[in-house]
Amino acid sequence: MIGLPHYLAVSAILFVMGVLGIFINRKNVIIILMAIELILLAVNINLVAFSAFLHDLVGQIFAMFVLTVAAGEAAIGLAILVIYFRGRGTIAVDDINRMKG
Amino acid sequence: MDYVSSFALSLPEEILSAGAIVLMLVVAWAGDKSARVIGYVSVALLAAAAVALIGAPTSGAVGYAGAFHADTFAGFAKLLIYVSSAVAILIAPGFFETDNEPLRAEYSVLILLAAVGMGMMVSAADLLTLYVGLELNSLASYVLASFLRRDSRSAESGLKYFVLGALASGILLYGISLLYGFSGGTGFATVAQAFHGTTHGDPAYYGLLFGLVFVLAGLAFKIAAVPFHMWTPDVYEGAPTPVTAFFASAPKVAAMALTTRVAISAMGPATHDWQQIVIFCALASTILGGVAAIGQTNIKRLLAYSSINNVGFILFGLVPGTAEGASSVLFYLTIYIAMTLGSLICVLQMRTKDGLPTEQIASLAGLSRTRPGLAAAFAIFMFSLAGIPPLFGFWGKWEVFSALVAAGFWPLALIGIATSVIGAFYYLKIVKTIYFDEPAVELAPSRSLIEGVLIAIAALFVSPLGYLLIPAIELGTNAAAKSLF
Repeated sequence: MIGLPHYLAVSAILFVMGVLGIFINRKNVIIILMAIELILLAVNINLVAFSAFLHDLVGQIFAMFVLTVAAGEAAIGLAILVIYFRGRGTIAVDDINRMKG
Repeated sequence: MDYVSSFALSLPEEILSAGAIVLMLVVAWAGDKSARVIGYVSVALLAAAAVALIGAPTSGAVGYAGAFHADTFAGFAKLLIYVSSAVAILIAPGFFETDNEPLRAEYSVLILLAAVGMGMMVSAADLLTLYVGLELNSLASYVLASFLRRDSRSAESGLKYFVLGALASGILLYGISLLYGFSGGTGFATVAQAFHGTTHGDPAYYGLLFGLVFVLAGLAFKIAAVPFHMWTPDVYEGAPTPVTAFFASAPKVAAMALTTRVAISAMGPATHDWQQIVIFCALASTILGGVAAIGQTNIKRLLAYSSINNVGFILFGLVPGTAEGASSVLFYLTIYIAMTLGSLICVLQMRTKDGLPTEQIASLAGLSRTRPGLAAAFAIFMFSLAGIPPLFGFWGKWEVFSALVAAGFWPLALIGIATSVIGAFYYLKIVKTIYFDEPAVELAPSRSLIEGVLIAIAALFVSPLGYLLIPAIELGTNAAAKSLF
């Protein structure tokens, strides 16, 4: 029987993978966008699991809101990335260093 | 409460969002040459929203099935937010017309949408309202940061802000999901009840505690408190100066007011648990903000560290978790936005003879001889930020520390005062550059009347004349803080 702790464990693992994906990844920014998406989906698993466990709909409604905002966020992120690429000709993480200190 | 009366509670947000949508359509037809007119209409909308705060939106009622709290606290914060948003719109044309890119009309619309989001943040009584408001503000801010499309620094600051901001909202959301799961609801009252009903040793308590830490980490990111401050210097430096002025004022007020409300009304029963986190963030912010600013050569970067330093002082006001503390937070924010907007409008004046903006502190050398008025205003803002007594910035720190001492945190107050001395060093260094160094670059005279007037108003407000306003401001902040409890 799969219970609430299993869902929470999967979600926690996904969340940590997402955060590590942002910090360890040195290649390109698209992977960071994917890692952000992973974090948000981990949160959604949490919300839906709690919602089913508590017999309460709010968690599922919250998950729908998170999905919607995540779509908007990804669109804006990609748009900024396009502007950035036009100016610099690269999206390698190590090259994002015009400002420091 | 039925929907009609709920709508009355969020009248300012409705004015702004309807206005922003209509203006967006107008922009689509009229193009960028309408930018100035759109800006003035946006300022009028913000003024209308501020007037609409009188009545139902500050009545203390809770609407939308417990998701939206229309109290005096939210009203006071919204007033500050609308004023700083209006200033950010008014100073934009002067900056963009001399730059290689003309002002695009969407600028004002984005600021209006961000203001709607910030209004929702400060009125949030439910974790869902909190999240949606915060994202509405953040998404508009990411675009604003990268608004100079042809400037690679602006695009880079937008990218950095986006990546770290999205990570912060992910952390915040994870905390929210834990709070929801272990309390059984998303309303602040439900969460507070869950904290009240459990004790240390209870498994559910640790779930809630994890949620608390994650939510506070996400919020600390939005207010740029150490250790979640790393995006601030890069974003403030790279973003166009009017946008920097906006970032340093309105979202700071919104996120700080939101943090105060979450800490007090959702996590009130767990005050001892969040207190240590807030104390750490406050101390680390004041110290790092003071020390890291010393070596800076770029004035916008220096002001970014100065804002981190100031956020530390504002967090000191939150530490006791009392009404007096909450009132001092709002008081400090009121003075802070005047100082920070004033100094960033002064930065806007820094242009060389050929009209190119310069951000080097060295180019301020000898400003007192070439532009005495601007030099005096700059010096007033710097002294005030340093908290030197005759100026109004001192009174903000006074309120914060007296709230700390009243709650018995006097060792913390002593350390706080010591850290404000570190900060004073680099503010005074700028004053020294302005008044005692040999003139290096001659700056072009100001051409914008609005900017001059705004600098004069801000300088008068933080000058000793501001003390006359203390009773009026305290009336507002005390009523606002009382509505939280």
